Amino acid sequence: MAAVTQAKPKYVMRRKTRSFLSTCFRYIVLILVGILMFYPMLWMFGASLKENNNEIFATINFIPKHPSLQAYVKGWTASGFNFGVFMLNTYKVVIPKVIGTVISSVLTAYGFSRFEFIGKKAMFALMMSTLFLPQVVLNVPQFLLFTSWGWVDTYKPLIVPTFFAGEAYFVFMLTQFMRSVSREMEEAAEIDGCNSLKRLLYVVVPVVKPAVVSCALFQFMWSSNDFQGPLIYVNTTAKYTASLGLRIIADTETGFEWNQVLALSVITIIPTLIVFFAAQDQFVEGIAAGGVKG
Amino acid sequence: MAGAKAAVRPAGKGFWRRNRGLLYVMPWLIGFIIFKGLPFISSLYYSAMDYNLFKTDSSFVGLGNYATILATKKYINAYKVTFLYAFITVPLKLMFSLFIAYILNFNIKFVKGFRTIYYIPSILGSSVAISVVWKSIFNSTGLVNKALGFIGIDEINWLGSSKTAIWVICLLKIWQFGSAMVIFLAALKGVPTSLYEAAAIDGAGKWKQFTRITLPMITPVIFYNLVTQLCEAFQEFNSAYLITKGGPLGSTTLISLLVYQNAFKSYDMGMACAMAWILFLIVGIFSAVAFISQKYWVYYSDDGR
Repeated sequence: MAAVTQAKPKYVMRRKTRSFLSTCFRYIVLILVGILMFYPMLWMFGASLKENNNEIFATINFIPKHPSLQAYVKGWTASGFNFGVFMLNTYKVVIPKVIGTVISSVLTAYGFSRFEFIGKKAMFALMMSTLFLPQVVLNVPQFLLFTSWGWVDTYKPLIVPTFFAGEAYFVFMLTQFMRSVSREMEEAAEIDGCNSLKRLLYVVVPVVKPAVVSCALFQFMWSSNDFQGPLIYVNTTAKYTASLGLRIIADTETGFEWNQVLALSVITIIPTLIVFFAAQDQFVEGIAAGGVKG
Repeated sequence: MAGAKAAVRPAGKGFWRRNRGLLYVMPWLIGFIIFKGLPFISSLYYSAMDYNLFKTDSSFVGLGNYATILATKKYINAYKVTFLYAFITVPLKLMFSLFIAYILNFNIKFVKGFRTIYYIPSILGSSVAISVVWKSIFNSTGLVNKALGFIGIDEINWLGSSKTAIWVICLLKIWQFGSAMVIFLAALKGVPTSLYEAAAIDGAGKWKQFTRITLPMITPVIFYNLVTQLCEAFQEFNSAYLITKGGPLGSTTLISLLVYQNAFKSYDMGMACAMAWILFLIVGIFSAVAFISQKYWVYYSDDGR
């Protein structure tokens, strides 16, 4: 009996140390991975403030010796282009795309989540199957279609499809969200004589606003960094988006100044980062919900 | 609109009233037909044509383009590289993201902070900006070689050697593990703690709990991540185009790169469509295998959806 009571605290201690050690291990792994994830971006930012290639490639340290914004100033007009034009062009594409996506996806999701109609199941299945339809198969025929409409070298091929709920992912996410919302308020509104469009605008949209906002912000971030779309459809340099402009400047090998190219890189991702940090919780919840329910 | 329709087809009186939802999904339906459905079918048609935008005449060649592709070393090599890329990145990305999600699921402080840092690369990873960064840190005097120098590894010419260049773009993909991780984390949080408690009483250790409870419970999400990541990996374009330009010696020439070159550089639309269709069939076969095998390894707790 005495032996047992003596043995017990020892056992508890061992377990405590073991769990302490594994907690330490967990934090060490998380911090190391965090550094690996974040260091390239920290390094990019640091290098953009450095003076020249020698300093950039001399050390692993990201902190510049004499931080200066000179690379930003010079890079802005590097290789004879005005980067401001490219940035502006980017948002000429991105903002209409966001608007189109939100309007058409909300309407479609409302149709799928609140109504019965002929062929609904088949249509929903078709829409879901486009999630797995590789864009690479569609590139050529879409290009030929837009060529025949005279849309090449305009932003229309990038913008117009978003007004037709082109991203199944967003429709799916919104449909799931709307399905999970209780319909009591809508029924009450219906009794009060609200038609279905009014119910959507005044009852459903306010409730699913978080999902709508995260669709908008996702589309903003994705299209800000889109490269392949503009690469295929935009030919004139004056119409280049920031992605295309940055690539042209990065490909000009003569007198290559890494700090300038990295400075422009920082500029192109800053709007995305701002949006992400402002609404990160919503995104993370959004994709988690979409994925798990899928 | 309802009135006009009713006049055309008396039998369908009230059709739009009964099928109001159809009006709401109309934008999607029109877009689907014009921008997805018809292009999908016509791409199969073009793939059987000798169709070049620069030539005035195009002719039907049947399976000719496919035969050319399967007989040309350059194209076969590109499919091999694409397979290699997918089979390196997808398993590593899934295992890594599950591992990190598993750790984050313990009562970790600053979960949100970690999650944010891990997630950022998923958003920026395919941008031109990050490809510039990747090019510079894998430069022979760049950050990666400097860091490896500390542990006594000699300088590696990452982008200059056909053995290592593929790893540069694979690492970029694996670096973007955050989105898969967030989905895993949500699934792990959904596993009822009562199951673990019961297992612990029965004397199951952490590893046994992981393989016997955690893994089976999250198979739907493993399945989802597997299929979406495979789809993505087989279509990868940006990193190979921007960082390695397909080289050296074609070692990073992913198939989507050749589709792009054929379609938008030499305007050989027929060949481009045939290549894309072979890729589509490959992706389709893998997805089909995943979907069919589902019933043997994916566990759905509620209605078997």
